[in-house]
Formats: sequence, structure tokens, C-alpha cells
Amino acid sequence: MTRAFELTVNGRQVRIETHPNTSLLHALRNELGLKGPRFGCGLGLCGACFVRMDGQVVASCDTPMWSAEGRTVVTVEGLEPGEGLHRVQQALLDEQAAQCGFCITGIAVNAATLLETNPDADEEAIVEALDRNLCRCGVQRRVVRAVLKARSGSACHVTPEDAG
Amino acid sequence: MTVEREIVRTPILPQDLAANPVLSRWLTVHPGGTIDVRVGKVELGQGILTALAQIAAEELGVNLEQVRMPPANTVRGPNEGGTSGSMSIIHSGPAVRAVCAQVRAKFVAEAALRWGVDPAQVTVRQGVIRCDERTMSYGELAGVVDLDVPADPCGPLGGGDRPVLVGMSAARLDLPDKIAGRPRYIHDLDLPGQLSGRVLRPPSPGARLLRVDEGRLADLDVRLVRDGSFVGVVGADEAEAMRAVKVLRDATTWEESDSLPDEDDLSTFLRSGPHETIEVLIPEGPPPGGHTIQATYSRPFLAHGSMAPSCGIARWNDDGTLSVWSHSQGIHGLGAAIARALDIDVERIEVEHAENAGCYGHNGADDAAFDAVLLARDVPGRPVQVQWSRQDELAWSPLASAMSADVRAVVADSGSVVSWRYDVWSQGHTSRPGYLGVPGLLAGAYLERPLRYPAPADPPAASGAGTVRNGVPIYDFPDRGVTGHRLLETPIRTSAMRALGAYMNVFAIESFMDELALSAGADPLEYRLRHLGDARGRAVLETAARAAGWGTPAEEGVGLGIGFARYKDKGAYCAVVAEVEAESDIRLRRLTIAVDVGMVVNPDGVRNQIEGGATQAASWTLKERVRFDRRRITSDDWESYPILRFSEAPEVSVEIVEAPGVPSVGAGEAAQGPTAAAIANAVAAAIGVRVRDLPLTTDAVVAAIEASGD
Repeated sequence: MTRAFELTVNGRQVRIETHPNTSLLHALRNELGLKGPRFGCGLGLCGACFVRMDGQVVASCDTPMWSAEGRTVVTVEGLEPGEGLHRVQQALLDEQAAQCGFCITGIAVNAATLLETNPDADEEAIVEALDRNLCRCGVQRRVVRAVLKARSGSACHVTPEDAG
Repeated sequence: MTVEREIVRTPILPQDLAANPVLSRWLTVHPGGTIDVRVGKVELGQGILTALAQIAAEELGVNLEQVRMPPANTVRGPNEGGTSGSMSIIHSGPAVRAVCAQVRAKFVAEAALRWGVDPAQVTVRQGVIRCDERTMSYGELAGVVDLDVPADPCGPLGGGDRPVLVGMSAARLDLPDKIAGRPRYIHDLDLPGQLSGRVLRPPSPGARLLRVDEGRLADLDVRLVRDGSFVGVVGADEAEAMRAVKVLRDATTWEESDSLPDEDDLSTFLRSGPHETIEVLIPEGPPPGGHTIQATYSRPFLAHGSMAPSCGIARWNDDGTLSVWSHSQGIHGLGAAIARALDIDVERIEVEHAENAGCYGHNGADDAAFDAVLLARDVPGRPVQVQWSRQDELAWSPLASAMSADVRAVVADSGSVVSWRYDVWSQGHTSRPGYLGVPGLLAGAYLERPLRYPAPADPPAASGAGTVRNGVPIYDFPDRGVTGHRLLETPIRTSAMRALGAYMNVFAIESFMDELALSAGADPLEYRLRHLGDARGRAVLETAARAAGWGTPAEEGVGLGIGFARYKDKGAYCAVVAEVEAESDIRLRRLTIAVDVGMVVNPDGVRNQIEGGATQAASWTLKERVRFDRRRITSDDWESYPILRFSEAPEVSVEIVEAPGVPSVGAGEAAQGPTAAAIANAVAAAIGVRVRDLPLTTDAVVAAIEASGD
């Protein structure tokens, strides 16, 4: 029942042998070892598994491999093409905008994608975009502050060593 | 004239250190310089390991980076009980402080001996042990100083020097990994030879498995595991196991029955009994005559709703031992419960904590671990990772109990309270592993030889109680009676969730205080202060009110409301002012909070806990209600159990009221009750209608407006 699927993940051409109905999330986590996208609901309702696919933010838990074939996927691990953290991630860290941190990678993917398509996104636009992400610990307002900071470019770039 | 006095201290160790006195149980110095500090408390997303690492670094005289906090482990670390009730900083803080102070003293003594100097001349700063020009490091003496010795009750307990790190907002040690997306959670563990497991939960509570059509699984590469009505699959590929469990759903036949109460009339269910009566304050006689005011309040069942469904890993080892990885709040309690459920020696079980998404009480963590233990029995030597689904998480984790309360007060002509009576009905608030002497693990009830579980219990009064937690008002009323009524028969499994009964009790007490103030024609803040002698409490109330601009007239359709309590009567003081806009719907704009947690270890950590606790409580208060029909829980995803979204999250500001000389208390559960009451009071202020039944949805407010017009 399995077959090979070719797609681009974080700039790299990959070939994954799996069942067509396996979710992109499970393929990323289990076949490619990318644990940044997280399993939160399996129904596309919480955003913990968000990845960018052909420029759009999608729920990878709800995306079967047959529909991911040939696509270009960016996970949280690939948000920053260079070394270190993406400025949105850095701002989240600077603001300590996480408690348990489980939802935060999906939020980072969503917010970074928003700022790429709309670099001048205001608070309203940020809140509207992030309304697709759930957070149970209650750090929503810290997250919004962090994304606003990342937009204005006040979050600095760091090397992986600095990031701890 | 000065008199020299020797300060004599009672030779007593902090409670958790007295229970685990050997220093090497807590701490290892590696030759490379890294210092492992092992604690029994676990990281639940609340930042406790960062706060304890700050304390350790402080006492050792090293930089925070030199301290490493390995996961709690039943074999390798101290037993500090569970991580709950906002007690971690209270219990573990002093123990870590004393351990590190004594270790530092031993290293100083060794260095002094080598240099032939008085230990009093030796200093330790930033990891450097120094006397004049001579220096040494912890790592250099790692193999020399013997830590396999008990702590000295007469030795140093720490906390003596002026804190340098404590009181500073240290960045959380675990967040860089979590924000970068590096493997860190139990879901990410990939042990050698690990298999994937999935359990098929019954279609409804109490259902019995009659038949499994095993042929339906023939095409799937999984192994079927069955023990009575417990059924699951194990396989090498996680996605295949997920497909298999879906097939299994259709391949099983169950016997079911209607067992659940009427969700639209929970008050009758909770009050029908039988009950245990919990007399908290027994009045001397019946209330005096006079103007009597009364009201009834309620809250529904609530779900934990952690962002990650529960997960557990287990491996039965070749030597007959069992290894378990769990995000449980109590790894020792879990190990003992597994031992009891399977009738094996607890010494043969090792449980290690692994981090997961936020934990707000007794959720499905222990149950998922037991699922893994049961599935792994069929594949000895191989670790099995069991991942729950979102639906199982919301429908099968223990819930927080629905509650119903009556408050009655007799007031004087001035409007002040002369008599207070409070009765609250609830299910118990704990069914943690080992409660009432039973294992209490979900799957146990479905085994071939089922384990029967009694109705949920309440923690003892010394631990803050459950149903009646914060049932006693902080105010100086002359005549008070407080009684709890815990339901003794129920088909619904409830257990501890953040603040336990305090959320409801404070909501009821503080809503009623506003109703009394209104009746007395008094300002709600002034009315509270009139009845409050506690100086720290007054300071917190006044600080919150001032920060929120209390007393300035609000715009049309906007209301301010206040709520206040001291958590567990001896924990953190917290006052919340809510600003609500009530036009076409209810919008919570802002929460202004003041808190006094005694000495502050990590100010930003306290702020984050208070902000998060209040925001989560806003979600409970405005939106949440577990739904069920007479057979099964129906609110099992984020559409049927909606929680607060970004567009609904209020601005939160936190003022910390300093209390430097006072021991630290936890911050994670202080804000819930005051937040609920503040919101309800703000809604009442905005629209002039009181809603007494949670959640405060727009529908509930409209219904209350319509009812008030009748």
C-alpha cells in the first residue's frame, strides 16, 4: 500500500516511502525526524502542526501525503534559512512568550508567514491571523507583543550557541 | 553596651531534604564543572525548574549555565511527592537551598584544607573557589568531596547572603529548545526499538467489549492487544497504528448503557446525594434575625484541554523490571499505582518524567502511561509509545467537577454582614493514582479482572481541601458557617484541576460580595475593605483598584468588576479588576491584577503564571462547559469544546506587591477564582444583570436579561 512521495522540505528534495493517507505531520516527524511540527488535535483545529506549504500556512496533521506530493514545505526548523532563529522566534524568546511551549512552533510558522506576505501587519492583522492557533497556557498577549516587535525589527539575530 | 549573642537554631532540615537526606541523591558535580541538581518536582510548563536552578546557582555560587536540571526519576532522584497545589517553590525551594549550601560548604572546606587556610577566608563566586590569589573550581574537586553523606541538620541551610540571582527574571532554561522546535517533549522521544501503540477507548463510559472481528485487521501491520474490554494495537509505524485503531472501531461490538446525569440540570444531580458532609466552620447557633439576602451559583464540568493529548512510554525489560516515561505530576505515585494494579513489586518499576504540553492538574498523563504498560506487555524488551487522540483527551481525561453553591447573609442596617452561611455541593477533586488506596488508572476498570474505583475523594484539609478550598471568606464576618457536600456516587470521573474548588468558591463568595454591596448602596471596593482587616490583603486590593483606575466613571456599556482572595487561605493574595464591554456580545477587554506571593524568586515567572492563570480562567468563565448526553461526552474537539482565542484574549497587567521577608508561595493558582468573580461583577456593572451560572456566554447573559424582565 505504501509508495514513494517526492517533495521539498526546508529547501531539500526528499523522498518519503509511506501510505498515501499518512499525514504530512507524521511523515515529517517520523520519517524526517522534524519534531518542530506537533500533534495537537489531528483535525486541523489548533495550529500546533502548522507548516508552510507553497507559501500557505496549512495544518500538516490534516494534509495527507497524496496531497503533499511535489509541494514545497517549510517547517519551523526551516523558517530561518541561515543559522539560528528566525526573528519571530527570537522575539518570542525575548518576550518569554511561552509557558509550556507546545503551541509556539505553529504560532511561529503562522506569524513568520504573515510578516513575509504583509510586512506592515498591524496588531489587528496579527490577531486575526493567529486566531487559527490555540494556546491553553494563556500567553496570547505576550505572543502578540513579540510579533509586533519582530515586525519592527527590534529582535536581534543570534547564533545557535546564543540560543542555548 | 552591646551584648554578644549566639544565634541558636533548631537543628531541623527542610521537609523534603529530611525525607531524602543523602546529598548525592540531589546533586552531582562532574569533573567538567557541570553540576546536576536533581529535584522531585517536574516541569509542567510553569517554569519551576528555572526557579529552582536559580536558587541552586545562588547557593552554590555558580552561574546559572553551570547548573543542569535532569528529569525527575523515581530511582535516581529525591522523592518530593507530586508537583501540584502551588507547593513546589514552598517545598523544593528550601530543600535545594540547603543541599546547595551544604555542598558549597564541603567544597570550601576541602579547598581550605588544601591551602592550609581558614574556610572563612574562602569565597565562591561565579564558580570560582578563591582565597587571595589561589583559585580552584568545583570540577577539580569533583572526585574528592564525598557527597554520599546525609545533610547535617546543624549545617548551613542557605538563604543567608544577599540574593543576587533570586529576584531576577531569569529566562526559562527550556524555552530555547521549545521555540526552536528541537525534540524535548515526550512525543518526541524515540528510544531504540520503539514501537507505536494506540488504545481504542470504549464508545461510552462503562461499556463492555463483546466481540472483536480480528479479520478486519489482517491487512494492517499491527499486533492486537486485548485484556477484557481494554483493546489496542501495537506496530512499528505510527500512521499504520492510527489507521488500525480506526478499523478497530468498526470491528468491535460493545454493550452500552445510559449512565450519565442530565447535563441541563447538574444542580439537582449534585445535590441528590449521598454525600459526605464537610463541616468547615460550624456556627454557634442559627443565624440571627434581620434582613437576609441569598443567592445560588454554579459552574459546569470543565476539561483540562492541554494542547498536547496525553502520551506514555513503557518497556518491560528482560530482567523483569519495568521502565516508564510519563508527564505525570507524581512519578512516585504513578509507579506505586502501576505496581498495585498489576500486583508487582514497586521496586521493579522505574518512572522517569518527560516533559509535555502544559499540565493544569490531574489529566490523562498517568492513564496514558498505564496504557503503554499494558500494550508493552505483549512485546517484551521493546518500548511502546502510546499517543492519545484529541477526542480521547477531552472525553476520557478526568474532568474538573461541576459545583453548585448557596450563599446566605444577614445584614445590619448599615449593610454590613452580621451572619454568613455557605453551602457547596460538588464531586470530589482528586482521583489521582493511589487515591483511597486504589490504583485509579483509567484502563484498570476495563480489564478482564476489572479494578473498581470509588467516587473521587478530596485532598485533606492540610493540603488545602478540594470541594471547600477557599470556601471560607477572608472577610471579618462575626458569625460564619461553611459546609461542603461531596457526592459519593457518580459515573463521572473528576480530579484535580488548577485551584480545585477555589475557582468556584471564590466566584460565588466574590459575586455575592458585590450583590451585598449593591444592596447596601456601597462601592464594591469600599464594601470589601470595610470587612477586611488583613493588611496584606488590603494592600493588594487597593493596588489593583488604583492600577485599574477604579472609581473613574466608565463609558456606556462598559463595566469594571473586582474579585479578590488569598489562595488556600495561606498562599498568594490576588486581586483582579476586569473591564468588560457588553454591547452586542460580551467582550473582556482587560484584566488588571495585583498579587503578593511573598519573596519573589523570578518576577517574570510570577507575571507569566498570573497572566496565564487569569487568561485561562477567563476562558473557563466565558466559554467552557463539558457537554454530554445520557451516554457519552459529546464535547470532544475544539469545535464542541471551544476555548479562548487570540481575538478574545484580554490585555493583562500584573502588579507585584512586594513582601521581601515573607517566604515564597506559588503563583499558578492564585488568579483563577478572583478572575471569574471580577468578570461576573464587571458584566453586572455593565448591564445591571447578574449571571450566577457559568459560563458567562452571550447566550447566558441574554437569558439573564430576559429573566430579569419577567
